[in-house]
Amino acid sequence: MSVPALSVRNAEKRFGAIHALRDVSMDAWRGEVTALLGDNGAGKSTLVKCISGVHRLDEGEILLDGRPAHLNSPAAARGAGIETVYQDLALFDNLTPAQNFYCGREIGFPAWLPRPLRFLDKRAMNREAAAVIDRLQVRLPKFDAPVAMMSGGQRQAIAVARATVFARNVVMLDEPTAALGLRESRKVLDLIVKLKAEGNAVILITHNMEHVVELADRAVVLRQGTKVGELKPSAQNRQDLVAMIVGAEA
Amino acid sequence: MREEARQTALRGTAAESGLLAVTLGLRLLGFGPVLILALLIVAASVGVPNFLKPINLGNILAQTAVIAIVAMGQQMVILTRGIDLSVGSNLALATVVGGLVYQAGGGGLAVIFAMLAAGMAVGAINGLVYVYGRLPHPFIITLAMLSICRGLALELAPGHTTMRGMPEAVKFLGGQTTLGVPNAFFVVVVVALLILMLTYAMVWGRWTYAVGGDPVAAREMGIPVRGVLISTYVFSGLCAGIGAVVLSGRTGASSPIYGNLLELDTIAAVIIGGASFLGGRGHLGHALIGAVMIGVIRNALNLLNVDIYFQMIAIGGVIVLAVEADVLRNRLEARARVLQAAKT
Ligand SMILES: Nc1ncnc2c1ncn2[C@@H]1O[C@H](COP(=O)(O)OP(=O)(O)OP(=O)(O)O)[C@@H](O)[C@H]1O
Ligand SMILES: [Mg+2]
Repeated sequence: MSVPALSVRNAEKRFGAIHALRDVSMDAWRGEVTALLGDNGAGKSTLVKCISGVHRLDEGEILLDGRPAHLNSPAAARGAGIETVYQDLALFDNLTPAQNFYCGREIGFPAWLPRPLRFLDKRAMNREAAAVIDRLQVRLPKFDAPVAMMSGGQRQAIAVARATVFARNVVMLDEPTAALGLRESRKVLDLIVKLKAEGNAVILITHNMEHVVELADRAVVLRQGTKVGELKPSAQNRQDLVAMIVGAEA
Repeated sequence: MREEARQTALRGTAAESGLLAVTLGLRLLGFGPVLILALLIVAASVGVPNFLKPINLGNILAQTAVIAIVAMGQQMVILTRGIDLSVGSNLALATVVGGLVYQAGGGGLAVIFAMLAAGMAVGAINGLVYVYGRLPHPFIITLAMLSICRGLALELAPGHTTMRGMPEAVKFLGGQTTLGVPNAFFVVVVVALLILMLTYAMVWGRWTYAVGGDPVAAREMGIPVRGVLISTYVFSGLCAGIGAVVLSGRTGASSPIYGNLLELDTIAAVIIGGASFLGGRGHLGHALIGAVMIGVIRNALNLLNVDIYFQMIAIGGVIVLAVEADVLRNRLEARARVLQAAKT
């Protein structure tokens, strides 16, 4: 247990002239929630996307259980047990919740055919997805209607539920409660507790300090692409955390 | 406090009935193309002499077959937010390649294979250049291929003109009938069944919908977006090749001037049929309904001796209506989302 599930070492990422990540290092441990904090544009989503294989680091490396991992595509990251709830949710409006759940990892047969040519096992996918949505008590108007017709909260619930099903190692949630009311937020927070209890390393991005204090075992703060601090959040040091985020000297 | 609860409940029911109305509107829009097609057929049956004669209906089927087949390929491309402007020229080039193989002594199978391979090769170039050339939109490469294929077809065809002669197998598929039904119709059915299987039963089809629905999300979910895009252009090319077989079979010839403006007809068919131009939505039923609509409009106006220029205007007008219907559908959906949120 002395090795972090995920470590980022000396990460550098540039988008043209923008230096989005400068020498960022962080760890995430099994059974812990690591909050990733920072103002708008601090580089939080960029770091998440580097870990999830959407972006490639310019320099630095990512270790899974202490071993260098080559997460050069989202498929590779998902294969390594890293699930992500993206800030933009990455939901397909034209697909149903069940289709969204399994998009990119469809259950198909026979196994000897190349993946795109396999036949969809729709019954299995519908059954599993329905069971999960039921278990998570996500209220959906219609299970077989495209996601397009659903409200912001319902969409967010689907995206979070999708990540929780497949989570095996690391789960990253990029502002998962941004579009949610109090009741729905509470559900997502409960899910996070559950993910943590199941032994996942959870990385949570949020602007809500109450959630951080309540849930996070440690907090990593980014400012303008640089890591400016790391501490154990508590009600006492909440102000320090905020100061660190906005960059005011306390 | 009770007043507040009453207000909330009221808002809830208002949202409920509003949602019902919007859902109803969306349903109607969905059925629109079928209704219009039915009306067209009724109107033509009543108003156009000879329209219902079996020989004329057979004609419509035979004439519509090529548009229908190529439109089904076009529909797969439009589903992924793309467009294939090269299909008409591609078809012409495929017939010429087939004609050359025939003149070189190739038999039926060789000619058919050559036409399909030519179509797919052009499709592969479209897809590869679009994806790996990092073009902003497939419009540009398929437009270039529209020009290149037509030029190549004219260059390759001896005397830059029509070549007579096709093997029996090709004539059978494109020009003959079985039990009074044009064989071309059965070709359409086979292509439709193939697409049905690919899109509804197989992983590839699901991926095409995902890529069309949201290419960024598709990548984030680990779908090989580039491969999916390239494959849809290859598929569209294959459909152009099949169209080439049917058209050559019907005319018993190959020609570098075949398929002129076929890109317009097929795009029109897909859009008129009710698929979304914005991607992610549509199925082969849309392409087929649209193709039949165009076939019926053409045929009826022909029988009425309306000149060809007016036909072009009429079909253009229908396209504008269809695209507006698509826009309306998207707005209704956004409205439904708001009402849904208000309800819960
Ligand atoms: N694909 C991209 N191309 C160019 N610049 C980008 C790209 N993605 C992010 N950036 C830039 O990198 C910086 C960090 O962005 P990022 O999205 O990581 O911020 P964030 O911390 O997630 O902010 P927020 O709280 O607003 O979500 C910003 O300046 C942003 O403009
Ligand atoms: Mg962000």
